[in-house]
Amino acid sequence: MQESLSKRCTVASDVVCPFCGTLCDDIEVDVKDNKITDVRHACRIGTAKFFSVLEEGRPTKPLIRKNGVMVETTVDTAVKKAAEILKKSIRPLLYGWSSTSCEAHAHGIAIAEEVGGVIDGTTSVCHGPSVLAIQDVGCPSCTLAEVKNRADLVIYWGCNPMHAHPRHLSRYTIYPRGYFRERGHQDRELIVIDVRKTDTAKIANKFIKVDYGRDYELLGAIRAAVNGNEINAEVVGGVTKEEIQKLAEKLKNCQFGVIFFGMGLTMTSAKHRNIDNAICLTKDLNRHTKFSIMPMRGHYNVTGFGEVLTWQTGYPYAVDFSTGYPRYNPGETSANDVLQRGEADAALIVASDPVAHFPRKSVEYLAKMPLIYIGPHHTPTSLLADVFIPSTFVGIETGGTAYRMDTVPLYAKKVVDGPKGVLSDEEILERIYKEIVRGK
Amino acid sequence: MASLIIKNGTVYDPANNVNGEKMDIYIKDGKIVEKAARGAKKIDCNGKIIMPGGVEIHSHIAGGKVNSGRLLRPEDHKKLVMPKTKLTRSGSGFSTPSTFMTGYLYSKLGYTTAMTPAMPPLMARHTHEELNDIPMLDKGSYPLTDGNWFIMRYLKDGDIEKAAAYAAWLLRSTKGFALKITNPGGTEAWGWGKNCKSLDDPVPYFDITPREIIKGLAEVNEMLGLPHSIHLQANNLGRLGNYETTIDTIKVPSGTKNKDRQTLHLTHVQFHSYGGDSWKNFESEAETVAKAVNKTDNAIIDTGNVTLDNTTTMTADGPMEYYLQSLTHFKWMNRDVELETAPGITPFIYSPKMSTAAIQWAIGLELGLLIKDPWKVLMTTDHPNGGPFTRYPRIISWLMSRPARDEMLEKVNAAAGKRSSLASIDREYDFNDIATVTRAGQARSLGLSETKGHLGIGAHGDVAVYDIDPDNMDPSKDFKGIEKAFSAAAYTIKGGEVLVRDGEIVKVTYGNTYWTNPHVDKSLEKEVLSDIEYNFKRYYSVNLANYPVQDKYVKNPIELKIDAQKVGA
Amino acid sequence: MKEIILTPKELPDVGLIAETITPDLFAGKSIGKIASLLIFAGNQRKKLGDFFEVAGKSADDASDTRIVIKGDITKVKMVGKGTKAGEIVIEGSAGMYVGEEMRGGKITVLGNVDSFAGQTMRGGELVIKGNAGDYLGAAYRGDWRGMRGGVILVEGNAGAETGLFMVGGKIKIKGNCGTFAGVHMKKGLIIIEGQTPERAGAEMTGGSIVVMGDTDILPTFAPVNEEKNPEIDGEKLKGTFQTYSGDHAERGAKGMLYKFV
Repeated sequence: MQESLSKRCTVASDVVCPFCGTLCDDIEVDVKDNKITDVRHACRIGTAKFFSVLEEGRPTKPLIRKNGVMVETTVDTAVKKAAEILKKSIRPLLYGWSSTSCEAHAHGIAIAEEVGGVIDGTTSVCHGPSVLAIQDVGCPSCTLAEVKNRADLVIYWGCNPMHAHPRHLSRYTIYPRGYFRERGHQDRELIVIDVRKTDTAKIANKFIKVDYGRDYELLGAIRAAVNGNEINAEVVGGVTKEEIQKLAEKLKNCQFGVIFFGMGLTMTSAKHRNIDNAICLTKDLNRHTKFSIMPMRGHYNVTGFGEVLTWQTGYPYAVDFSTGYPRYNPGETSANDVLQRGEADAALIVASDPVAHFPRKSVEYLAKMPLIYIGPHHTPTSLLADVFIPSTFVGIETGGTAYRMDTVPLYAKKVVDGPKGVLSDEEILERIYKEIVRGK
Repeated sequence: MASLIIKNGTVYDPANNVNGEKMDIYIKDGKIVEKAARGAKKIDCNGKIIMPGGVEIHSHIAGGKVNSGRLLRPEDHKKLVMPKTKLTRSGSGFSTPSTFMTGYLYSKLGYTTAMTPAMPPLMARHTHEELNDIPMLDKGSYPLTDGNWFIMRYLKDGDIEKAAAYAAWLLRSTKGFALKITNPGGTEAWGWGKNCKSLDDPVPYFDITPREIIKGLAEVNEMLGLPHSIHLQANNLGRLGNYETTIDTIKVPSGTKNKDRQTLHLTHVQFHSYGGDSWKNFESEAETVAKAVNKTDNAIIDTGNVTLDNTTTMTADGPMEYYLQSLTHFKWMNRDVELETAPGITPFIYSPKMSTAAIQWAIGLELGLLIKDPWKVLMTTDHPNGGPFTRYPRIISWLMSRPARDEMLEKVNAAAGKRSSLASIDREYDFNDIATVTRAGQARSLGLSETKGHLGIGAHGDVAVYDIDPDNMDPSKDFKGIEKAFSAAAYTIKGGEVLVRDGEIVKVTYGNTYWTNPHVDKSLEKEVLSDIEYNFKRYYSVNLANYPVQDKYVKNPIELKIDAQKVGA
Repeated sequence: MKEIILTPKELPDVGLIAETITPDLFAGKSIGKIASLLIFAGNQRKKLGDFFEVAGKSADDASDTRIVIKGDITKVKMVGKGTKAGEIVIEGSAGMYVGEEMRGGKITVLGNVDSFAGQTMRGGELVIKGNAGDYLGAAYRGDWRGMRGGVILVEGNAGAETGLFMVGGKIKIKGNCGTFAGVHMKKGLIIIEGQTPERAGAEMTGGSIVVMGDTDILPTFAPVNEEKNPEIDGEKLKGTFQTYSGDHAERGAKGMLYKFV
């Protein structure tokens, strides 16, 4: 931190924004008396995240359910209670992880292994299908400045970065000048493929409207055209054969192309097979030119959880330790499946809010079991919890490692102290782990 | 730290010219000492052989590419699992084992040091995070410099001192140990889906050739006085007729000398010793390559043996991985890294029934057997590219036993016998040779021979004991016994602590991470830093301040400070 | 044939992993030994006898051993995993992974099965009298070599991605089949006697899929001709079929789709 000109506050620079997978690392934060007073360079949502640490009524004391009522307690007692619940459970579920640090992930995985539980990330309900597709067919990709320096054709498919990843276009893909693209957006073409004309589509050079749920067919038809095969229909997914063939030629003839895709592709109709076909299209295109593909990962460290879990266990999400070694099969070992089959008998939720996002049937099961919640906010999940340990914000009040959507790892630094007595996810999980193994 | 007396074993310590002598080894405070410490624990190794702890110079065990390989292959991970025990963490993976398991598996083989050879600088934090999670071993990693824009531009401009100052900054920023070059120039060309097809094929838009990159980096390496030489994966890996490029490459840095070691480490040369111009007449050119290695005095190689397994290929050579998947149509990952390099990953099944795979198997062994001086040919599988490191015991048995090789030649595709010279080679390694190619030679090549790869006074107390009685065992005949004994060390001792007993982990420790920190002239460094700043703002996707690996990312670091102030002065 | 009878006691909600229930592991074992085989209930290492009454007698050889499970084992996973010989009869519904990696012998389920039945099967016969879940006869995650041999017969319906990455063997479904039947298939035969809504044969490069009922054919399949009473992989079909080749999203695809007309 350095003194600013006016000496009224300190300025933290090169701060990593802990909001979305774009993981902008050029943020400046003004701090006065341990309070954030200004945030520069961040987008609207990123800025809001920084200011959310100042939120009124933020929980600072651990709570524990007694006779149906949540009462304040000490961290020690809450940690003990959490460890007790997990030790007693014969099929604990440890879920969340996308909005905390890799250091916290490592402790979470150690707990899951120790208690023979199932550990799963929010990937399970966003880009899990992308993972399944990658495991089937691979994934030709690159880091984001490859796009900035080289790309002359950028496709956003089933995603709307103008809203969900606001600085993606300006930092990495369309607007910046790159080494081989000196004129910035004038040297590039932007194509958006989506079911409706989003704000991103509005600024595109070309918008292709695909019928809802027909992305798979459209992808296959583009592949057929790229591979020199006939398309056996005049219109596919609302797009004419001629248009598909023209698009295929365009893709083949760019110098460096890239497809970014979001939940419009992962969570509709063919789900992972959409991604499978999109990746195969990218592979096909590499016979003609250079092409990459990348998922638009949502939470800022959902990628990091996948990385840590993969290097420690071999698998990126939905890992089941019940047999003593890691087992993986989304559909069996994924959070919603374990819940909806009624297998789980306790849950530890960290840095996410499944009660707000899971299907009702899963939430009903979550409500029935002892639930431990660790996170900085009150959320629908914290309301159902039997143990709630509030934690600091990673990347604002606590430092930690996060991986960007292109798997570039960055250290998200601390800019202010958290509320007095509030520990980080990492510290809380480490204490729970130690409590579990104590005396073993 | 524990003191130990390792008694009555038969010692093979080629760095100290000890070749199968019965002698006792003393360890105190983690180091080999002259005489027994008071109260030292005794380990009786009567009827066993003793070697320095194994040293691995080239094994893809950590980092973004390795992890992409793990992500890509759940079906591989299902094949081999390790349950959690009271002492050890769980894990999975046959060809790309998870981190904890990687450490345990190496330790069971008697290894105490392993280097991961291909770290994209931008991803360095990731590599270190994984290294921190690999127990039982000392570690290090080599930042990739093959397609680095700064290096290429400085070398193109003939500004070798600035290239050196940049390389010094890169090593410091990545906490890297040595300079790795993978398919020089080709990885930048791959940014456009192209490749550099010979040493003189210029890199698109950069107007520099692979030959100039290699030569320049070899000079940079010696100007900085790094412990290891440049670590080079030559151009044209896996291509038909590539032996010519390989032989040409060996000569490139011949003008650069170092009195203590080679100035070129050419890696996994098995993949670079191919003749023929179609896969139908694919043949071994190992003899030609071995001759070139025998002749040179400044290059050494590691083998990159093929073990005939279902494995995962992974290298920073993106164009090569693309080419390979275009042959197999298997799944394929590509991971181009801005301004730096271009890793790729695809599975491969070396089926013994396939002529090419059988010949590749033969080539790796030919190199080991035809290169006369074992100090010049180190044993690797380029894990997991030629096969997983867990197959080392099997390779040892092939090197030590002609009957073992003959038995394999019977089983594999007949092309191995016809299109390589393996069937005609009688040479069998002795234990001293094995100790050289798996320990002593590797430590010397790394420039770490003061403390590693030997059992002389002052060396690290890193010792491997195998249940082999050299007086009563003929490795040539009992090659199965050799494989078995090397698969499960009787003891693996690291820093004087027993980590493995009878092939089982009995203690878990986390070793050191080695990195080199050369300091060049301050004013030169300043000049280069301002170039770096200028280019970072424009072309990288991260801020310069967020690029260098913070100290906290290296668990138990050993920083090798190097005074290179004469560079730029 | 000698019979071992397993009668389920009360089974816990957490689900059981019972890969030890296979004739190969039962053969030559006493009732007591069988009852002490390992079963996982969540993270608890339990004994088979904790959940099943064990009766009868096993043969010395797996091929002479029949296991009869008297009742519903919907909560039990991996029954018959890797079976090489012998027989299993489940007189109720079964959980996930029935007959996973099966190589020989026969498994009959009188009720329904959950997903992943016959995963990466290599040989033998798997008969399901009721319905099957998703990923019937499919590859494990990431494996590009799925079912390699053997026969799966489903008398009811089957779910999505039946025969994913299939490289051999046969799957017959008397009822309807979910989407993406035979996705990424390279070899082998899938016969769907009912309907399958759409995307059968997606990304297939070889092998054959027969659909007797309704289906929407992907635009990347090309009509070839009409065939009468074709014979495919030894299966004689009756009637006239419109044939399609595909999936031409792929290069050089040689998959065949037979649609009953």
